[in-house]
Amino acid sequence: MYYVEPHTHMISRVTDDYERLARGGCVAVSEPAFWAGFDRGSAEGFRDYFRHLTGFEPKRAANYGIQHYAWMCINAKEAENVTLGREVISILPEFLDLPAVLGVGEIGLNKNTMNESIIFREQVELAVKRDELILIHTPHLEDKYMGTMMILDMLAEHGSDPERVLVDHVEEHTIRPVLDAGYWCGMTLYPVSKCTPQRGVDLIEMYGDERITINSAGDWGPSNPLAVQDFIVEMRSRGHAESKIRKLVYDNPLEFFSGCRRFQFTPREAEAEVGA
Amino acid sequence: MTIPMTREQVVNRYFLEMRCKVLEVAASLDRVDRAEPASNGAADPRLERLQQAIRVLLENGPGRAENVQMIFSRAYDPNWAQ
Repeated sequence: MYYVEPHTHMISRVTDDYERLARGGCVAVSEPAFWAGFDRGSAEGFRDYFRHLTGFEPKRAANYGIQHYAWMCINAKEAENVTLGREVISILPEFLDLPAVLGVGEIGLNKNTMNESIIFREQVELAVKRDELILIHTPHLEDKYMGTMMILDMLAEHGSDPERVLVDHVEEHTIRPVLDAGYWCGMTLYPVSKCTPQRGVDLIEMYGDERITINSAGDWGPSNPLAVQDFIVEMRSRGHAESKIRKLVYDNPLEFFSGCRRFQFTPREAEAEVGA
Repeated sequence: MTIPMTREQVVNRYFLEMRCKVLEVAASLDRVDRAEPASNGAADPRLERLQQAIRVLLENGPGRAENVQMIFSRAYDPNWAQ
């Protein structure tokens, strides 16, 4: 089955992972800007990072027939430095018009601080003003519930169109408020924190398959970039229809991405016809 | 969307996994007990939360996973911005 990996950090992964993704049926990945494991010293460091995401990674992915998309922002953790955050926001427009950039993300909260909320609001404002899609990171572990609710409060203040916003890393205690408010949600499959593939399928069985995407958030920490494949296997093993699985791992992410005016995607079937 | 399996099929499929995870928790708690206690004798609040979570597992009805998540979550303050 072909699938889309809607949230992964390939900058942290080796090229072998692109090959393994391709072998497992992955045809496209989207890579949000995130905290790369250390605090960058200046806005120029971010500019280099954004150039990497929009230049090098698409080429590396293309070698394995994978279409690569990116998101631009200053992440929640480094947003604690408001001055740096504003400098980075000022350079985002240089990248937001590039054809394979899907929008502003992954913005969000980390420790739910006031500084983080200032930069979150300013990035939502930028996205709404430019009519960009928004991809949102929700905090880890004990901060997730509070942070998710704060994020929903701030989104409501800005009047952002829920269909253009995806709130990521939902779990059992946060999926309902996100869906009830009309937003898309992302479910991240991690080995220890966040959801396992089994719990991910449980949530699908409880909440349905509308406005939900499944991702691995593969990064530099303990994570499995092939986790979406594990989700597919778990769905199949429980007897779910192939059409349901395809909707979750292929149709849904493409539907959300289609809200980006720049988004262009070539289905593998169309590529095969061109090559014939 | 519901689970397209009977209860018996679910138990057949997941029994060994569940057994394994319960044993892991039991062994982990034994490991904690075998280790030297804190010098000041203070109870670790994380262990108290684990005990609360284990009690949730014995409740009936749906929502156990959500309830366990809430035990490990900071409470939401709707006046957080003030």
